Amino acid sequence: MSAIEVAGLTVRLDDKVIVDRVDLDVASGEWVTVIGPNGAGKSTALRAIGGLLPFGGTVRWHGQAVDTMHRRERAKAVAMVLQSPVVPPAMRVFDYVLLGRTPYVPPLGRESAADLAAAEEVLAALDLTPFAGRRLDKISGGERQRVFLARALAQGAGILLLDEPTSALDIGHQQEVLELVDRLRAERGLTVLATMHDLTTAGEYADRMVLLAGGRVVAAGTPGEVLTEDNLAAHYRVKVRIIPGDHGPLVVAVRG
Amino acid sequence: MSSRRPAGLRPVWLAAGVLTVLVSVVLGLAFGSVSLPPGGVAVEMLNLIPGVRLNSGLTEREVAILTQLRLPRVVLGLIVGAMLAMAGAAYQGAFRNPLADPHLLGVAAGAGLAVTVVIVLGATAKGGTTELPIGVPMAGFAGALGAVALTWLLGAAGGRDRSPATLILAGVAVSAFLSAAQTYLLQRHVESLREVYSWLLGRLATAGWHDVLVVLPYAVITAAIVLAHRRELDVLTVGDAEATSLGLHPERSRYLLILAASLGSAAAVSVSGLIGFVGIIVPHTLRLLAGPSYRGLLPLSMLFGAAFLALTDLLARTMGGEAEIPIGVITAFLGAPFFVLVLRTSRAAPV
Repeated sequence: MSAIEVAGLTVRLDDKVIVDRVDLDVASGEWVTVIGPNGAGKSTALRAIGGLLPFGGTVRWHGQAVDTMHRRERAKAVAMVLQSPVVPPAMRVFDYVLLGRTPYVPPLGRESAADLAAAEEVLAALDLTPFAGRRLDKISGGERQRVFLARALAQGAGILLLDEPTSALDIGHQQEVLELVDRLRAERGLTVLATMHDLTTAGEYADRMVLLAGGRVVAAGTPGEVLTEDNLAAHYRVKVRIIPGDHGPLVVAVRG
Repeated sequence: MSSRRPAGLRPVWLAAGVLTVLVSVVLGLAFGSVSLPPGGVAVEMLNLIPGVRLNSGLTEREVAILTQLRLPRVVLGLIVGAMLAMAGAAYQGAFRNPLADPHLLGVAAGAGLAVTVVIVLGATAKGGTTELPIGVPMAGFAGALGAVALTWLLGAAGGRDRSPATLILAGVAVSAFLSAAQTYLLQRHVESLREVYSWLLGRLATAGWHDVLVVLPYAVITAAIVLAHRRELDVLTVGDAEATSLGLHPERSRYLLILAASLGSAAAVSVSGLIGFVGIIVPHTLRLLAGPSYRGLLPLSMLFGAAFLALTDLLARTMGGEAEIPIGVITAFLGAPFFVLVLRTSRAAPV
C-alpha cells in the first residue's frame, strides 16, 4: 500500500491557486523528492500534504484521509522538518528533541520514562549524545540540522516530510545529512517525501522525482526521466548539460 | 536508561521561591508605622495554623494590628504580584514577544478610563469626598475586560491572519484611544485629578479581607488555566506551524492563555490600580537565573512576583514617612531601568 496518496491536491492562498490538482504517490519505504523553480508551490504542497494547510482534494497517509485524523494521531504518523525552523533561545538540545514526544504526552501530563528513553535513543543514533546538554542556539548549523531531524525522528512517525532540509548547509554537511536520512530510512523503514533545490543532489538520493511548475505536476518518474535537458529548459528557463553519474544524472547549468 | 531530566521546575528553585515568599510575608507584617519583632511575627503566623498555640510575646493590640490590618494587605500584595508576574510570563509565551506585559492589550487603559469615569461621576454626584467611590474596583475590572474585548474584535476585523502581531497592534490602537478619552475627561474635571491619580499609581490600602476575597476566585481560575498550559508554552516556542505538526492546537491554546491572563490582570488591576513592570521584571530575571522553560518559569513567576510585590509594598509604606508612596511609582522606578537592561542584554534574555 502507498504510504502517501495525494489526488487532486489544490491549495489556495488569498484566492490564488498555489497548488493545482496535484497527484502524487509515495510507496512505503520510498524516497520521493519534489523539485521545481522558485514559486512553483513545492513548500506549499508539502505543508498541505503534512496537514498544516487547508486544501482541496484528498491526502491519505497509509490509506487514512488526513482530514479525518486527530491532531495527535497525525503527529504520530507524520513528522515534518520545516525549512529553517525556529530556534528557541537558550533551549537545551535534549529538551528540543524531547518536544518531538509531544503527541505522546497526555494533556496536563509530563514526559514518561519511555519518552525520555526515546529521545536518548534518537540522540545516540544521530551521534548527538555529546550535544544533549548544549544550547540549541549555540551549536553549528550542521549539528543543528541533525537536531531538527532528531526531533522529527523522536515523533516515532513512519513518514518523514522534509522541506529543503539542506538549504542552509555547505555541500559537505548537505551530503552528511542526506546520507543520514537515507541510512535511517533503511534502518527504520521510513518513507521520505522531500522538497529540494539542488537538482543533482536531489537526483542522487531520490528513488523518484516530481517536477512542479506553476503549481502543477509537469514531470514525474525516476531522476533520469525527470532531469532532462528539455524538462529543465522548459520549466527553469535555463540551459543545462546532463552528465550521467553513478547515482543519477549530474546537472550542470551552462551559459546560454 | 536516561539520566537526563526534562526541563521543568527544579526543587531547589521551588524551595527558594517558597522561602522568599515566607521572608517577605514576615518582613511585610513586621514593619510599618509600628515595628514589631520579626521573630514574634513569625510565631504569630504559625499560630494561624489550626491547633498551633505558641507564645509570640506580642501584646493583644499588636496581634490585632498584625492579623486585622497588615495581614490582609500583605496577602493582597502576594496575590496581585503573583497574578501580574504570571500573566506577564504567559503573555510573553503566547505572543512569543519578550516585551509583552499584562497591560499590552488595553487592560491598563481600559481600567484607567472606566475608573476615571466613575470617580468623575461620583465626585459630581456627592460634591467630592476623599474616599474612592465603592464602584471603583468593579469599574476597573469591567473597563479592563471591555478594552481587551475591543482589542480582540479590532484584531479579528483588521487582520485576516489573526496573528499575534495584529493583536498587539490592535492593543496599541485601543490603548491610545482610551487614554485620549481619559485625558480629555480629566481635563474637563480637574477637581478629580488627585483621586484618579491616587488610583492610577496603584495602592494596596485595604480595609480588611474584602478585596482579597474579591480577587481570589479570579486568581485561582487564572493560575489553574495558565499552569495547565505550561508544557504547551514550551512547545509553542518553536512556532505555530511546528507546534501544529507536533499535534497541538496553537491558536486555541494562545487565545485561552491570553483570555486567562487578561482576566487575572483585570482582577488584579481592579483592586490594586495600575502597577506596572512586575510582569516584565520578574519573569525576565527568572529566565536569566532559572532557565527559559515555562514549566519552571510560570510557578516561579507566581512565587517571586508575590514576594516582590509584598516587599515593594513594604517600601511604599515605610520609605515616605507619614505619606505612603504609591506602589506603582516604586515598581516603575525599579522597572524602567531594568527594562533597558533587559533590552541591552536581550541576547542573553531568552523568551
